[in-house]
Amino acid sequence: MNNILKISYRNLKRNGRRTILTASLITIGVVFVLIYTALSGSFKSYTVGQITDSLMGHIQIHKKGYVASVDNLPLDKNLNAKMLEFIEPQLKENALIESFSYRIKFGAMFSNFTSTTNIRLNAINPEQEFKTLPLLEGRITDMNVTLKQGEIIVPELLIKGMDVKIGDTIVLVANNKNGSVNGINLKVAGILGQLMGPGGRDGYIHMEDAKKALRMNNDLEVSEIVIRLKDVEKLKIAEKSLQPILEKVNKEGKSVFEIHTWQQLSPFYNIIKMIDIMNISIQIILISIVLISILNVMMMSVFERVREIGTIAAMGTPPLTIVKLFLSEGLMLGVFGAVVGSVLSLGVVYLLNIVKITYSFGQQSGLELAPKLSLGEIGSVSLVVILISLVASISPAIKASRLDPVEALRSY
Amino acid sequence: MVKASHLKKVYRAGEIDLEVIKDFSLEINEGEFVSLVGPSGSGKSTVLNMLGCLDTPTSGEIIIDGVSTKEMSRTQRANFRGENIGFIFQSFNLIPVLSVYENIEYPLIMIQNLSESERKSRVLKLLEEVGMLEQKDKTPDKISGGQMQRVAIARALVTNPKIIFADEPTANLDSKTAYMIIELMKKIQKEHQTTFIFATHDEKIVANVDRLITIVDGEIVEEKRMSK
Repeated sequence: MNNILKISYRNLKRNGRRTILTASLITIGVVFVLIYTALSGSFKSYTVGQITDSLMGHIQIHKKGYVASVDNLPLDKNLNAKMLEFIEPQLKENALIESFSYRIKFGAMFSNFTSTTNIRLNAINPEQEFKTLPLLEGRITDMNVTLKQGEIIVPELLIKGMDVKIGDTIVLVANNKNGSVNGINLKVAGILGQLMGPGGRDGYIHMEDAKKALRMNNDLEVSEIVIRLKDVEKLKIAEKSLQPILEKVNKEGKSVFEIHTWQQLSPFYNIIKMIDIMNISIQIILISIVLISILNVMMMSVFERVREIGTIAAMGTPPLTIVKLFLSEGLMLGVFGAVVGSVLSLGVVYLLNIVKITYSFGQQSGLELAPKLSLGEIGSVSLVVILISLVASISPAIKASRLDPVEALRSY
Repeated sequence: MVKASHLKKVYRAGEIDLEVIKDFSLEINEGEFVSLVGPSGSGKSTVLNMLGCLDTPTSGEIIIDGVSTKEMSRTQRANFRGENIGFIFQSFNLIPVLSVYENIEYPLIMIQNLSESERKSRVLKLLEEVGMLEQKDKTPDKISGGQMQRVAIARALVTNPKIIFADEPTANLDSKTAYMIIELMKKIQKEHQTTFIFATHDEKIVANVDRLITIVDGEIVEEKRMSK
């Protein structure tokens, strides 16, 4: 095999300029794909991180039917104390789970004593919530993150619209699940920055304040359980590990709970999928470049060397060996393009990290791209290029091996 | 060594069948130095290609060293050529990317898969025999036509073939070089006891052969043994 590779290498050197041009084209394609993968991966991981680490967590558990009516923030679909007693030990024992947080979600009227608007509230246990959503703290400005009882974190949108500021007292008026109305005074302790895009009417209050406003008795009732995993890559495994919770049925034999991953809950997941589709499209373009370049150069090589192929065939070189000769030429072009392209891509990614590219997304600006390439990404792109190089060489190689030695020796 | 019985070769040209070889039978003994002569288009090269297992006859049978080539597949014929037959071409047909040494070594690597030490000893011996030892590292474009044919002869001999077929081996050489090549081939034929079969117009070769077979229109019209 070494000798076949040696001869193939020399054959490639014979048309040095053409070989370099073809290999360069493959190299450029590899660089293009890897840089795009690094940049889109950076954007993706940043945005996914923001969504999961400051808003949704990785997995959420609700009472069956809650998510379907989530826009109404129904209080009659809360998880009651008995349900939590069933779920909590399982979450604590699950080795894949880092932490979890209870939330009561409800709608209320927000009044600054001169005007009133509506607000969506997340009542939390701050310690649990900040552990489960480590980036939430970064979205809150002007506040000591230990949200205390009697305090409210107001969304930026309402701060501007209602002309309230840190330290102001506001009134929240809410209906409990029985329709009874109650109001509580709270002090504005912080401003919640918007995650992305317009909207965002979610504020945060302490769980105990919500219990007061909703006139809940001492038994805890929560709208959802937000779960943070130790490794987000194990999302599917973790979801599967929570199956015993899903299997819990009521007297009618219907499921009591529902479990959703962030991918099922966030519309942004569709954008992630679009990025992945674009990634695949770019890879298809690369495959086409490699396929056409190598097919073209190998076909030219066969046509130029008909007489030579006739000679080696006449000497007794078996057809399979001739196939191997041409396959190894294509393989070498592919390996060269993949290796040089990968090295160049790593260099470009290193430079991009030094230069620091910033971008804006929704309401956020000055976001920094931190492109990086994993060995898996480099390996998979290189493998695709090398495999396609081999595939592209098959047809010319077979053509060469099937040349009739007599006809081939006659050619000029 | 070579027995051809009732060979027939028909080519199809459009709607017409062209019978270029007609009922051709021939026997060549081991170690013979035989020349096929005849005018252009007489079928010499076609016979040579069929005897050398490069081409298959439309009908008839060829037996080389007791083995019939009739039912052989492409790969079997290739392997058979690699083990038993050497070729010398009019245009030398050396591989341009390989050095003189590597051109000679090539069949041993690609076909016979010999060890490096075995290859080296065989190649160096032949390089010395054909007088190309000093040029062993040069590529074909750096040597003359006569030297290229010497290399081609060494390459044909390196697998220790039983028969060597040469199609117009001196046609591209000047008369002085052609004479030297013929002398070299004759010397090698004697030393190696290899059967040599040529297709040629060259009178210098004709004068040195053991047997002269004249072909016209695909048939043997004359066969004579030459005096030594």
